[in-house]
Amino acid sequence: MTSNYILAPILVQLVTAILLIFFWQRVTVQRVLSTVGNTFSFITSLILAIDIWNFGTQTLHAGNWQPPFGITFVCDALSATLILLTSIVGLAVGLFSTIGISINRIKYGYFPIFHFLLMGLQGAFLTGDLFNLYVWFEVVIISSFVLITLGGKKMQMEGAIKYVTLNILASTIFLTAIGISYGLTGTLNMADLAQKIALVENRGIVQVTALLFFVAFGIKAAVFPLYFWLPSSYHTPPSAIAAIFGGLLTKLGIYALIRMFTLIFIPDDYTINLFIIIAIMTMFTGAFGMMNKKSIRKVFSYLIVCHIGYLIAGLGLYTEKSLSGTIFYLIHDIIAKSNLFLIAGLIYKIRSSTDMRRLGGLYKDYPLLSILILFVLLSISGVPPLSGFWPKLNIISEALRSGNYTLVFSIIISSFVTLVMIAKVWAEVFWKPTPKDHPEQDDTFAPLSTFKKVTMILPVFLLAFISFMIAMRPGTFMNLSDKIANELMHSDDYIENVFRVKNIQN
Amino acid sequence: MKSTIFKVAANYLLPLLLLFSVFVLLRGHYESGGGFVGGLIASIAFVLHFFAYGLESARSFFRFSTATLIPIGLSISLFSGILPMFAGKPFMTSLWFKKPVAIIGSVGTPLFFDIGVYLIVVGVTLTILFTISENVK
Repeated sequence: MTSNYILAPILVQLVTAILLIFFWQRVTVQRVLSTVGNTFSFITSLILAIDIWNFGTQTLHAGNWQPPFGITFVCDALSATLILLTSIVGLAVGLFSTIGISINRIKYGYFPIFHFLLMGLQGAFLTGDLFNLYVWFEVVIISSFVLITLGGKKMQMEGAIKYVTLNILASTIFLTAIGISYGLTGTLNMADLAQKIALVENRGIVQVTALLFFVAFGIKAAVFPLYFWLPSSYHTPPSAIAAIFGGLLTKLGIYALIRMFTLIFIPDDYTINLFIIIAIMTMFTGAFGMMNKKSIRKVFSYLIVCHIGYLIAGLGLYTEKSLSGTIFYLIHDIIAKSNLFLIAGLIYKIRSSTDMRRLGGLYKDYPLLSILILFVLLSISGVPPLSGFWPKLNIISEALRSGNYTLVFSIIISSFVTLVMIAKVWAEVFWKPTPKDHPEQDDTFAPLSTFKKVTMILPVFLLAFISFMIAMRPGTFMNLSDKIANELMHSDDYIENVFRVKNIQN
Repeated sequence: MKSTIFKVAANYLLPLLLLFSVFVLLRGHYESGGGFVGGLIASIAFVLHFFAYGLESARSFFRFSTATLIPIGLSISLFSGILPMFAGKPFMTSLWFKKPVAIIGSVGTPLFFDIGVYLIVVGVTLTILFTISENVK
């Protein structure tokens, strides 16, 4: 089936961004327009996702060029789900930004760039062409470079240099790998590549190419040896920006890995072992890295790294069930991690600090808000009935079945460390009495008008509500993940779908 | 710059370069050229004028801020992509008028896309250069 509709999420973001540039420096207009754009994007993505879930994959050949020559956009269940999640997070973070981002930053074009970033993400999830994927990655990282440096504080620049350097390195490796794939097969259409790469006789060079892709996406996803740019840069920009980075940007790397290694490069034993080892190392570095950190945003950054490990583990086990666990974890993680950074932003607004030694007494001052935050924190650490628990269960049971006890052991240890750290954050920030030297005027949240307070808490509540829904109805999400995993493991359907759609004759 | 030769030359070069930029823009679909190169040549025309006569004079060519050209260009390009969707074709399909227009040649959506790119390039280049030279003073 062909339909222009699958491009709607991209076009809505693009139109919003263009309109926002027309109203450069008009702060109120920017805030309203961005929220309206995000709402539209949410509605179109929801319609698209429901359509795809019910009626299966859709394909569009941009410019009416036959595959494999033109650029193909393919929306399968995985893409549709991620597009919907991106719109939800975009809506929440956009709403939070209207108050949480300073007027100066808005005047220097925060909102247009924010929408270009979202457009890049939507495009990357949709495209079925390897080079086009690279272009969307560039759209994303160039927007993120602007966002991470916007405001120009010294600390931000320091974080940005590490961020920019490592990301450019990753892009270079990505481009090299694309070049080699093109040299091997003469095509860049992912479906076509999947068929042709299987026929290449020199398997050694195919494996090297696969590993180059793994390194490139691994850097973006912050897996073990090259994760260090993440904790040293994500705590520097304002929380709203960190929320979109933490929730979606690293997950883009994971998405690309899943797509590459289920569709094009079917991993052999060597690659699978490598995945498992790297997953274990990522979990441990994330878990132990956060133990001695004092800033809550640093703790949360290491938490991202730690949980990337689970996602890689699910991919590394490479069974349908474990892949379903990864997808489910991805759904949970995108929502929860974005929320975590929004919460860090709220705490900063309330106390003007993110240092755990200087925080305290939040539960006494804001009891209801604290309960809401506690819920999110517990969801992240995967306490049984909540949303982080179910996907982890899937991955652990699958690891047990394959007899990989080292992996089971590492998942349990790192979950335990996560729980301890989350408990520590709760104890230090919320329960501990307010430190003596804490001046009252640090609270920049209390003087805000009720409307502004609601606009800041609503996104947190919205995302927490989705986490709550995942916890209440895990079966629904499990079925969805199973369906997606099934599609991914049977990539013939994807390939067939790309080539079946014929051109519309003139 | 104070050189009289340069000022006079800049006067003659401005319309010439602008015309040349349009020529490059129009021949771009099948031969080398296109919106990006055309836009760069057009910006050079204004930059030469700016070197010869100063920032204020160069700015006075534009009634609005040069930055406004960016969203206008983006809109035109986007429009050329969306247009085929109304004809039931996939996004970005090239639609052409049956009969070629005199001098310009075939007119179709790719031309509008290139015009959009042309405007974006002029807008971005001039905004960057004007902003930098403003801060230098």
